[in-house]
Amino acid sequence: MIVTNDRRYTIGILAQNVPGVLARIVGLFSGRGYNIETVTAAETNEKGLTRITIVTTGDERVLSQIVKQLNKLVNVIKVFDFSETEFVDREMALIKVRAEQESRAEVLRIADIFRAKVVDVSPHFYTLEVTGNEGKLSAIVELLEQIGIAEIARTGKAALARSKK
Amino acid sequence: MKLKGAQIFFECLKKEGVEVVFGFPGGAVLDIYHEMAGHNIRHILVRHEQGAAHMADGYARASGRVGVCLVTSGPGATNTVTGVATAYMDSVPMVVFTGQVPTPLIGDDAFQEVDIIGITRPCTKHSYLVRDVNDLATVIKEAFYLARTGRPGPVLVDLPKDVLQAHADFKYPKKVDLPGYRPTLEAHSGQIRKACQLIAKAKSPVIFGGGGIIISESSEELTRLARLIQAPVTCSLLGLGGFPASMLSEEGRRRPDPLWLGMPGMHGTYQANMALSHADVILAIGARFDDRVTGKISTFAPKARIIHVDIDPTSISKNVEVDVPIVGDCKNALLQFLEFFEKEPIEGLAETRAPWFDQIARWAKEHPLTYCASEELIKPQYVIEKIDELAGEDAIITTEVGQHQMWTAQFYKFNRPRTLLTSGGLGTMGYGFPAAIGAQVAFPDKLVIDIAGDGSIQMNIQELCTAVCNNIPVKVVIINNTYLGLPRQWQELFYDKNYTGSCIEGAPDFVKLAEAYGAVGLRAERPEQVDAVLRKGFSIKAPVFMDFLVAAEENVYPIVPPGKSITDMLLTQL
Repeated sequence: MIVTNDRRYTIGILAQNVPGVLARIVGLFSGRGYNIETVTAAETNEKGLTRITIVTTGDERVLSQIVKQLNKLVNVIKVFDFSETEFVDREMALIKVRAEQESRAEVLRIADIFRAKVVDVSPHFYTLEVTGNEGKLSAIVELLEQIGIAEIARTGKAALARSKK
Repeated sequence: MKLKGAQIFFECLKKEGVEVVFGFPGGAVLDIYHEMAGHNIRHILVRHEQGAAHMADGYARASGRVGVCLVTSGPGATNTVTGVATAYMDSVPMVVFTGQVPTPLIGDDAFQEVDIIGITRPCTKHSYLVRDVNDLATVIKEAFYLARTGRPGPVLVDLPKDVLQAHADFKYPKKVDLPGYRPTLEAHSGQIRKACQLIAKAKSPVIFGGGGIIISESSEELTRLARLIQAPVTCSLLGLGGFPASMLSEEGRRRPDPLWLGMPGMHGTYQANMALSHADVILAIGARFDDRVTGKISTFAPKARIIHVDIDPTSISKNVEVDVPIVGDCKNALLQFLEFFEKEPIEGLAETRAPWFDQIARWAKEHPLTYCASEELIKPQYVIEKIDELAGEDAIITTEVGQHQMWTAQFYKFNRPRTLLTSGGLGTMGYGFPAAIGAQVAFPDKLVIDIAGDGSIQMNIQELCTAVCNNIPVKVVIINNTYLGLPRQWQELFYDKNYTGSCIEGAPDFVKLAEAYGAVGLRAERPEQVDAVLRKGFSIKAPVFMDFLVAAEENVYPIVPPGKSITDMLLTQL
């Protein structure tokens, strides 16, 4: 058995929103053999700036290389290593769950507990929208799986550093 | 007044002080070629785009200026990729202009279309696809700025044909605006002090210089520091020439510099590898601890505290754990080291260092670099020694990749920076000849010699035409052993002498081949002819191929078997 010190890390990236910037970042991960578990990217309130959140696994040495390599990219303006700072993170999932006569009420009850919204209804399915941190999403997925999940789409994590109090 | 994109291209090059472009035309860049006359920029027409990239690289390494090459879209662009990757690995400032199909056709698999930005993304410092002629000047300005600053590297600029044909006002930006690019030049003074305190207490220090010494033009500072703190120096392949291998004695003879250990690593000297392995402090400057230097990483320099100066933070603690990381320009760091030790000289230096230098002298005596001389066969090492004797300190040596490259690193005494141009990181066979042409274009009056093997010279041999047509008098020394020597050596030592693929008998007659191209061809078959052939070859003011038929199965020693510690050297033929 290979013993590793691999951990999961969340990295925030502020980058210029220019063609190919995501390809440069993602290509760096694949080219150097780093993992990407999730990646999200969208423009920020500042025009021309994109915020990208990547969840990766590796040991500390790998994390430090990733942060340095990302900083080296010309289009990357700032890299946030969230292993060193407090941060908030959220993820959204759309879950299409089997909702037959006998399970409809149960699905709604679970949705209620997790403050999920029903965003689509059909004779056999409910589609739920649920937002939360990783733990919360895993928990609802686990419960709904017992009823029957048909499809699931998760956004991956978005993260911001907590502001100083 | 509005200018055409292709005209703006030349105005920008003039602003950047470009004097020469290595290139090859094609449909997508014909607008540039159409405008070329009347701009006082020399164009060297190559015979293969890989040659253009290596020439720009050789020009840049020899001169320190940014090398420029210009090729068309599709195959023109892909042919430069090996040259771009070579320059990237060795931090060479270069701007590569590639033609591209017109913007409306991009993505449609048009004739000679290729996504060269995508292909070269991992092997360029940065790249641009210019979609609007109004951005052209800004992009070119940024490309040159990125190529030559910080850790230098190749920048690729992709130029769609319609952008070159469109018109815009030409205004060259005064400054670049790159918010994500701020290389750290100034080394942190607190870290420098920490490093100096380590060095001051060291009993067996070693300075390990890399290509960063050459790039930052700080070989003089490195030499002064080594003398000041009395630390022996080893330089990586790319650092050779950063510290003088030999010094002039009082009788005007060259003798080995007492602080010089030679190159470390897989084919390094015994004393360099032993010194690194027994050092208590290693001061690494502008080197990146390549696996060919460290050997087995877990046993590398087990006793040493490591100080590592590099302008690229990613190079630090990438391969070896570093005790004192210092991000910054090598020259800046070296000047700070000098300032510290000039103010606070290390006390009792002579006594504390004596046992260390005695030990190094014993290693050097136990296993010096050597080979079996022969009166019957030309020994490749002998040819290198003869070149060293005859070429003069000013000569620029380029190499291909293989045994001849390692013998050159071992037996040629590099005393000045920018006198060795070799593909260290990527290990590109076919690099040396075009690189020599590029270097000769930068320095028309210097003696420029490509030391090649019979295998690697054939990889870009078409550039002989470029040399002849442009009167570029490079000298090519072919160490001809009828083998791909390093693979053959590995097969002999580690693969049961199974020489599959490494025997390359049937090479062309290099003398006749040179003559066919309009160059001069010479040959030496016996040891006593070596001196005369080299003297004659070096004196001819034209491209010369010198074919040396050498001992076929000579090996490079020492060799650290792959995966072994650098103390586990095979020192001579078993």
